[in-house]
Amino acid sequence: MSQTLLRVEDLHVTFGISPQGAMPWTKPLPLHAVNGVSFDLKAGETLGIVGESGCGKSTLARAVMRMVPASGKALWLGQDLLKLSKTTLKETRRDIQMIFQDPLASLNPRMTIGQIIAEPLNTHSPDLSADEVKAAVQEMMTRVGLLPNLVNRYPHEFSGGQCQRIGIARALILKPKLIICDEPVSALDVSIQAQVINLLMELQEELGLSLIFIAHDLSVVKHISTRIMVLYLGNEMEVADAAALTENPRHPYTQALISAVPIPDPGQERGKTRIMLEGDLPSPINPPSGCVFRTRCPKAQNRCAEKKPALTGDGHQVACWFPDD
Amino acid sequence: MLLDTHDVKELSANLAEMDEIKGRSLWADARNRFKRNRAAMVSTFILIGIVIFSFVGPYLAAWSNEEIDWSVLGKVKELGAPSWSNGHYFGTDDLGRDLFARVVQGTQISLMVGVVGALIAVLVGTTYGAVAGYFGGRIDSVMMRIVDILIAMPFMFVLILLLVVFGRSVFMLFVGVGLISWLDMSRIVRGQTLTIKNKEFVEAAQAMGVSHFKIIFRHIIPNLLGVVAVFATQLVPLMILTESFISFLGLGVQEPATSWGALINEGAATMQYGTLWQLLFPLAFFIVSLFCFFFIGDGLRDALDPKDR
Repeated sequence: MSQTLLRVEDLHVTFGISPQGAMPWTKPLPLHAVNGVSFDLKAGETLGIVGESGCGKSTLARAVMRMVPASGKALWLGQDLLKLSKTTLKETRRDIQMIFQDPLASLNPRMTIGQIIAEPLNTHSPDLSADEVKAAVQEMMTRVGLLPNLVNRYPHEFSGGQCQRIGIARALILKPKLIICDEPVSALDVSIQAQVINLLMELQEELGLSLIFIAHDLSVVKHISTRIMVLYLGNEMEVADAAALTENPRHPYTQALISAVPIPDPGQERGKTRIMLEGDLPSPINPPSGCVFRTRCPKAQNRCAEKKPALTGDGHQVACWFPDD
Repeated sequence: MLLDTHDVKELSANLAEMDEIKGRSLWADARNRFKRNRAAMVSTFILIGIVIFSFVGPYLAAWSNEEIDWSVLGKVKELGAPSWSNGHYFGTDDLGRDLFARVVQGTQISLMVGVVGALIAVLVGTTYGAVAGYFGGRIDSVMMRIVDILIAMPFMFVLILLLVVFGRSVFMLFVGVGLISWLDMSRIVRGQTLTIKNKEFVEAAQAMGVSHFKIIFRHIIPNLLGVVAVFATQLVPLMILTESFISFLGLGVQEPATSWGALINEGAATMQYGTLWQLLFPLAFFIVSLFCFFFIGDGLRDALDPKDR
């Protein structure tokens, strides 16, 4: 089996929220955005992270990138990313790059795309000559399917899909080992989504990349991922191989999620039963006791309110007291 | 088959080999929009004319700005009026000094005060505001409270005190004007920075490992330069007005050097003696320049308005 690139253990991200009308000296309320998440990522693998809005998907990614303060462990090839000094962190950043949700907003409107794609290179290898940088940029542009003669254009002159390709080129130019994709296709329409995802998969194959792919669209995640992790209110609900999770979900939340995925066939779509979840996402400032999902769970019992279920099982892990088999 | 595949291949090869296409930057777009604004363009040319006038003027003048024309002295009302024959194109002032030379010299000082004030505002205010806004939190609070305290001081009083204590000189005037001009600018820039720093491209740069310093100067400041440019052009007339007011009070620049404010002051003092040209010439320059600056500021705001995109 290939090497473990990233091992995240019991990662917590807590924000301080000052309540409305608070005095400057009152203690801010803790908001547990990510609550004890653990996972392993092997080289060449894709980990899909799904969950509804506000469940901590992006915060998890940002915690791994050290862009929000986090506690716990995130071991990158054995080194704890959360404890690295600034200089070593910069070295490690070469290997971990990120792709963002809004393709246009993630590109500086005052820079040409040549400058944008070259920026990581200029940051991490400042001794490269201008010609070398230019050659690298043009090679990368060809690779992601952009004409290299567009280097002097500005981001606003491109479509959303092209902008996302620029974002991918920027992430790839340092030849990283891991790319964290924070909802890279949510802002694109379906046909462009397919192009971008296929591009990502091709590049992954070619360069042996690992991906952390965050999305709220299960069918997209299923297509690209090796393993899928389901988050709810900052807690892991279920982690399993993509096929196992989508075909045989064991957690009631995952079951509800999967039943909500539309089937592109009106006959089947009409016939299927959707599991409707009652109520809304509880407030992360004041999460329910025990299992966080119990307030909306069709199977909730007394035990669920008393103690939080741990993530159990090997291969197909579930955090539920009464999982389906 | 409607298309010949060979042709298509050739075409795509040609496309790929085509020279690098020059993109139109947002600056280029803004420049085009500005060029279409007639009032702003006319103002720009008039202003350029005034600047050229202030540099070429001394060579055209028949008199220097401190020479006293003894033949006119005492009979300024009769002999000091503007005329081509005796070389006083704009007439003379109350002491018989050539008003043309004095207006030229005053224009230099006034424009310089305006430009220096705005430049200090742009350099100091932009950096200060961007740093405060970008780092946020406690640094932001401390930096902005300092600005609040400085703004709360009656700056005219401070300026006058400064000129009285350290003596009246052009340098002190620059210091005084520079001291106050960046305050508003830093506030505006800070506000803009707060919105820009949460954009994804800044986050992308952080994720890439770009240093804070480079993020501020490469990603944040270029994106707020539009606002800065607009505010700076409106700051120039404000600085000129401030200087004029100081000079009007009799502080400010020292004789024989002069400025628009000082000239207007002198002209206003002799208004009732029928030597109206002493007021009107400097006033005309003053008003025309201020209008030009305001029109240019307006044009810039329209051209750089981010809502257009």
